[in-house]
Amino acid sequence: MGAYIIRRILQMILILVLVTVLVFVMVRLLPGDPILMFLSAQQESQVTQEQLDYLRHQVGIDRPMIVQYFDWLGQVVRGNLGKSIVNQNNIIDDVKHRLPITFQLGALAFIISVIVGIPIGLIAAVKRGTWLDNVLTAFGNLGICVPSFWLGILLIYLISYKLDWLPLYGYVSPTVNILDNIRHIILPVICLSLAPIATDIRMTRSSMLEVLRQDYIRTAWSKGLKQQVVIIKHALKNGLIPVITMKGMTLAAIVGGSVIVETVFSITGMGRLAVEGLFAQDYTIVQACLLISCTVVLCANLIVDLSYGWLDPRIRYR
Amino acid sequence: MPEKVKVNPEFTAHPPRVNEFRRFIKVFLGRPVVIIGAVILVVFFVCALVPQFLAPYDPLKLDYYSILSPPGHGHLLGTDALGRDMFSRIIYGARTALIIATCAIGFASVMGTVLGLSAGYFGGWTYTIIMRIIDTLMAFPGMLLMLTIAALLGGGIKMVIIALGIGAISGYTRVMCGQTMSIRENDYILAERSLGSSSKRIMFKHLFPNAFPPMIVMMTLAVGMTIMAEAGLSYLGIGVKDPTIAWGSLVNDGNQYLLSRPWLSLAPGIAIMLVVFAFNMVGDGLRDALDPRLRGTL
Repeated sequence: MGAYIIRRILQMILILVLVTVLVFVMVRLLPGDPILMFLSAQQESQVTQEQLDYLRHQVGIDRPMIVQYFDWLGQVVRGNLGKSIVNQNNIIDDVKHRLPITFQLGALAFIISVIVGIPIGLIAAVKRGTWLDNVLTAFGNLGICVPSFWLGILLIYLISYKLDWLPLYGYVSPTVNILDNIRHIILPVICLSLAPIATDIRMTRSSMLEVLRQDYIRTAWSKGLKQQVVIIKHALKNGLIPVITMKGMTLAAIVGGSVIVETVFSITGMGRLAVEGLFAQDYTIVQACLLISCTVVLCANLIVDLSYGWLDPRIRYR
Repeated sequence: MPEKVKVNPEFTAHPPRVNEFRRFIKVFLGRPVVIIGAVILVVFFVCALVPQFLAPYDPLKLDYYSILSPPGHGHLLGTDALGRDMFSRIIYGARTALIIATCAIGFASVMGTVLGLSAGYFGGWTYTIIMRIIDTLMAFPGMLLMLTIAALLGGGIKMVIIALGIGAISGYTRVMCGQTMSIRENDYILAERSLGSSSKRIMFKHLFPNAFPPMIVMMTLAVGMTIMAEAGLSYLGIGVKDPTIAWGSLVNDGNQYLLSRPWLSLAPGIAIMLVVFAFNMVGDGLRDALDPRLRGTL
């Protein structure tokens, strides 16, 4: 197991380095001149070429790409994500403020998807062919079709506006008022977790049905074991393997989905920061957002792979 | 004289021959939900191909006398802020969704096939380089990657297609690569190689036709997801630009009138949902019907 963990971590570091290259190159291709964006239209007509060159030199985008890359990488490794080109804020301050918001939403959505989706999928598989299975499977099939922004709009209209149970939009930090925080995050978390729940139901159901057909399950039944023992101890551990692989991707989907959900609910998290950065063509912000979300996804995949190796010993020795 | 042994005719008779096509249709249409999906898809394709026959109004015609009118009064789903008929706009939006989804998936599957075939067939450094690039792409949250690429390319229908396509390449490459690697070990590939066939011939005449079928199901199932992703992009305003009608931007446009005229943003969303649902169900049905483990059992 030790060698497996080390191999996976080295692999992850390699991918992370490749991610930094890709992020850097991609963001440099953004259209428009960030310096001109920064100036107002009036300033733009008055500014001289020398002044423009000076500004470019100040921001450091007049140097060769490769120098810029290593300079940026060196800063990032030391925890400095650079300054926003548009408003000159230190991005790390923005991130410190916004990351916890997205983390709270994403983590809750992830946990809820696990504790709701997997048991429902399990029940559907065990009760295969009954009306209960039909209802649960239908829920799973419908759940993956609902666009999160549409669900958000619907919930805002019904729950917040018509019924007036919850606030319309925005976010309150749990350190300010925990109750208000909960009231603000209920709807966004529902939007973020619906698709993962539905995916989990479908995956768990089909994978459990596959496992329940196996000979060793028949053996377990014929030994006269109780239903719980057969399902939970014998079938579930194997049935969960594809589901866990899927959970790594779910996390990526939640990080990506937060972009949309934060926009719908006007929450100033990381997703919103990325969209604002893209609209303003502020490439330091965009590259910081991409880098952070990729790191999160890679770490999640690492955890998934390690738990996968633990669940299925065959993986470790490949 | 030994007595003639009576043999149960069931044992000697050939197993009944099942027409492959009829078996396919039987399994495919076996579940009512697949039929519902297929019906929705037919309507969707009609909307996308000949919207002018179904739409009661020109979707781009401004009508300042009926701005934001509620459903009814000759407008089934009301009108938007410029007096354009919402129902007609949703029907015309089907065309954008279909064009973008098919082109993006076409682009992704061609790229994925070429990359996956090369990685799986040549192995070694080719494999390492291609698959590490794919791993890198997979580290990006799909939505964020597609958003950045779309913004980078400046929006518009072609750019959205490329953005969605790049977002989907990794899945196809991995499946194609895995398929190729398992098929490569077959004796008929070895035989072909010993006859002196070129790599190109082996790859496209032998590996590709055998590795491709699982991709068909994957592509059908991907259409729904691609339509959803496209809607997300246009909802955020980084997708298709006016005057091209996209369902996602219709939801976004209606959003500002949500509290007084909720149908403007909710109706296009229902269109997205129905179509995604239909593609998923038909994809599921197709997978069941093409699953080799079921072949000949029904």
